[in-house]
Amino acid sequence: MSKLDSKIPEGPMDRKWTDHKGHIRIVAPANKRRIDIIVVGTGLAGASAAASLAEMGYNVKAFCFQDSARRAHSIAAQGGINAAKNYQNDGDSTFRLFYDTVKGGDYRSREANVYRLAEVSANIIDQCVAQGVPFARDYGGLLDNRSFGGVQVSRTFYARGQTGQQLLLGAYSALMRQVGKGAVKMYDRHEMLDVVVVDGKARGIIARNLITGEIERHGAHAVLLCTGGYGNVFFLSTNAMGSNVTAAWKAHKRGAYMANPCYTQIHPTCIPVSGTHQSKLTLMSESLRNDGRIWVPNTLEDAQAIREGKKKGSDIPEADRDYYLERRYPAFGNLVPRDVASRAAKERCDAGFGVNKTGEAVYLDFGAAIERYGKLEANIHNIENPSPEKIKELGTAVVSEKYGNLFDMYENIVGENPYLHAMKIYPAVHYTMGGLWVDYNLQTTVPGLFALGEANFSDHGANRLGASALMQGLADGYFVIPYTVGDYLADDIRTGPIDTKTAAFDEAEKAVTDRIDHFLNNKGTKPVDDFHRRLGKVMWDKCGMARNAQGLQEAITEIRQIREEFYRDVRVPGSASEFNQELEKAGRVADFLELGELMCMDALNRNESCGGHFREESQEMDGPQKGEAKRDDANYAYAAAWEWLGEAGKATLHKEELTFDVVKLTQRSYK
Amino acid sequence: MKLTLKIWRQKGPKDKGKIVDYPVNDVSEDMSFLEMLDVLNDDLVRKGEEPIAFDHDCREGICGACSLFINGEAHGPGRMITTCQLHMRKFKDGDTIHVEPWRAEAFPVIKDLAVDRGAFDRIQAAGGFVSVNTNGNLVDGNALPIPKADADTAFDAATCIGCGACVATCTNSSAMLFVAAKVSQFALLPQGKVEAKNRVLAMVEQMDKEGFGNCSNTGACEVECPKGISLEHIARMNREYLAASVTKE
Repeated sequence: MSKLDSKIPEGPMDRKWTDHKGHIRIVAPANKRRIDIIVVGTGLAGASAAASLAEMGYNVKAFCFQDSARRAHSIAAQGGINAAKNYQNDGDSTFRLFYDTVKGGDYRSREANVYRLAEVSANIIDQCVAQGVPFARDYGGLLDNRSFGGVQVSRTFYARGQTGQQLLLGAYSALMRQVGKGAVKMYDRHEMLDVVVVDGKARGIIARNLITGEIERHGAHAVLLCTGGYGNVFFLSTNAMGSNVTAAWKAHKRGAYMANPCYTQIHPTCIPVSGTHQSKLTLMSESLRNDGRIWVPNTLEDAQAIREGKKKGSDIPEADRDYYLERRYPAFGNLVPRDVASRAAKERCDAGFGVNKTGEAVYLDFGAAIERYGKLEANIHNIENPSPEKIKELGTAVVSEKYGNLFDMYENIVGENPYLHAMKIYPAVHYTMGGLWVDYNLQTTVPGLFALGEANFSDHGANRLGASALMQGLADGYFVIPYTVGDYLADDIRTGPIDTKTAAFDEAEKAVTDRIDHFLNNKGTKPVDDFHRRLGKVMWDKCGMARNAQGLQEAITEIRQIREEFYRDVRVPGSASEFNQELEKAGRVADFLELGELMCMDALNRNESCGGHFREESQEMDGPQKGEAKRDDANYAYAAAWEWLGEAGKATLHKEELTFDVVKLTQRSYK
Repeated sequence: MKLTLKIWRQKGPKDKGKIVDYPVNDVSEDMSFLEMLDVLNDDLVRKGEEPIAFDHDCREGICGACSLFINGEAHGPGRMITTCQLHMRKFKDGDTIHVEPWRAEAFPVIKDLAVDRGAFDRIQAAGGFVSVNTNGNLVDGNALPIPKADADTAFDAATCIGCGACVATCTNSSAMLFVAAKVSQFALLPQGKVEAKNRVLAMVEQMDKEGFGNCSNTGACEVECPKGISLEHIARMNREYLAASVTKE
């Protein structure tokens, strides 16, 4: 067991970052011109890092597989971004945001990183405002806030339901400003296919030009991976179709440890799967749970009748409905955290109470809210003895005002009017808390290789709070890496340009072309998606919302079988020297097939339940908390960092013990 | 349902393209249009044929990657949606559906239905930003109050997803709605005022260089825009441009 050095600075929590920034080495302006940095990925973390580093004077090359940097998947985030501004005068502070994030992560994140995140959160809002990001404002022209995800303050800044889009376009505009100046060279439609390590340091990447198929070598003094999460290992997720683990996985295979890969966030309110053709799942904002009540029928007969289309939800009388969240968690009801709500839905559907033809859906019902708001409106407008129809009409108008865009989206996808029929929802994979292990400086275990945003593991522990992903991406890119990368690069001011005509680049390029050749010459019978779909099913069934040792062991065996068959029987048409989307997918799925096994190994190792990771063996067996997740701080208060040992399924575990100097560990209870 | 697809196939940027017929069976009305193409591609790969290339990513109407011209309409039938949000229940059993890429000189075809929209990035790089560096010492966000109506209108403009439906729809292949959305967003906000003149001149100059056509105010772009971006933004850009042209130094 090697010891991971997290490089957490000495000193009191609230001084660490300031002191660290004041003491680490920096690169003088004239020397920055001699240093090249590669940034892979142009989402919030990548675009903000690339723009900031170019502004400082470094030579930056930015890569994205999309046709434009603006399309990175950060664009799809809906709800908002947290910041400890305390504009609402509700007692918010850096400490409270820090505390909420550590607790929300079920005490599996690194305190010092989270404190820094909370500390720079306020700067992010100022930066974005200065860039012209059109945040929501109140009638006084000041920034508006809303509350989110069960915390007790209102600290979420938003731009209607498109906060991710507006923040990303802000970062993208900063990036394009540098592209226009020539300070960033932009490589869109380029996919990174390997990291090149020279004398133990990351010195470049191998990338494929997705239009021409050309394999390119790019040298640099540091490589930043801002490549997002790996939720698509489940095939169906709320991630974009192209979101993948390839960059992070290649880094892992070149020596970067992968930390806590089993931590997956499964979001409770998504539109259910409608059939085998399904390509992705659509999230419905968490805010719906403020007014919607979640239920399934009380009896298996009713559930079956609904699945067969003989009954509708509205045919089930109130007394025959099981509002299971309100029943199990009277204190929090429908507003329990994401992990708890997701598991409860699965439990009911597994028991046979699901309400769509696949048996995997529960109702999210606004009937009660419509009636409540309708009566309120009738009072406001002095309507005496309103008819039920009038109440419904008035209430529907209120619900439409609050959630209209989400109801429209639902109707568009499902083809059913959610004002008349209760919505059907089911949990879906949404975010991955695990990722490349990084120290306080965001450096992986490979010197010169850094990981930012969702691609790293450090800030969200075992469960991420709503509106914190955007905060972390921008914190890392705007306010952390510009300082910490300088400390590393201070040694490189005399290095000169990185030569790409070396054995290390030769070897990396050959590995890339060999693999491409294998796929194209394989002449199998099944398309890539066939294997991806099967992998996703294994992961969802056995390494999804609930996991147990037997299932995880079976999953490992099944993943190995699928992987073996994939290499033997996959068919990838076309050639290497053209725009070839099947070839792109093949490379990504090959990496998912290795990552999936490591996720199962990690889940198997962690015989406790924490946050998004629920081990059936580790739950409260009796008392008022019966059936709830049971954390094991004595044995598992560590980050599990896995080292690649040359082939899939072989990895060594390194533990970073998590110490909590400020926050006291308690059980999360929502009863 | 059973459908006949007539799809544009083109091997590469310099090759000649043609329409190819594909019958598809067992299409479920719950499928999105792109899922229907996934099923067709799956089938083509199994048969040893080349699948159809098309751009797509988020599949929830926000990334702006998907871009098909379906039965003569950008993003197909339906308003305020992208192709990934178009569902097969909009079609009838037995329908014939024509699928083509965006057609514009400034958007050359890469392969089949995928086109190069890099011109939009270059227009953005010419001036679609506020020149502010990353800086931890900026003034507090609330030190700059912005009237709610201005912030809301700026947001409406800023919702542009850069898909290019406006260009594909326009009889002149004009990019005015796209450029106006960005110019307008910043023109409405105090942060953008400082560089307003240079911005509009530079972005319009780049737009012209890229080979987009002129605007003749037909309004088709507004109708087909998946985010419903208003023609008013084009009017605002024209005012900005005129003022900047006559007062520039």
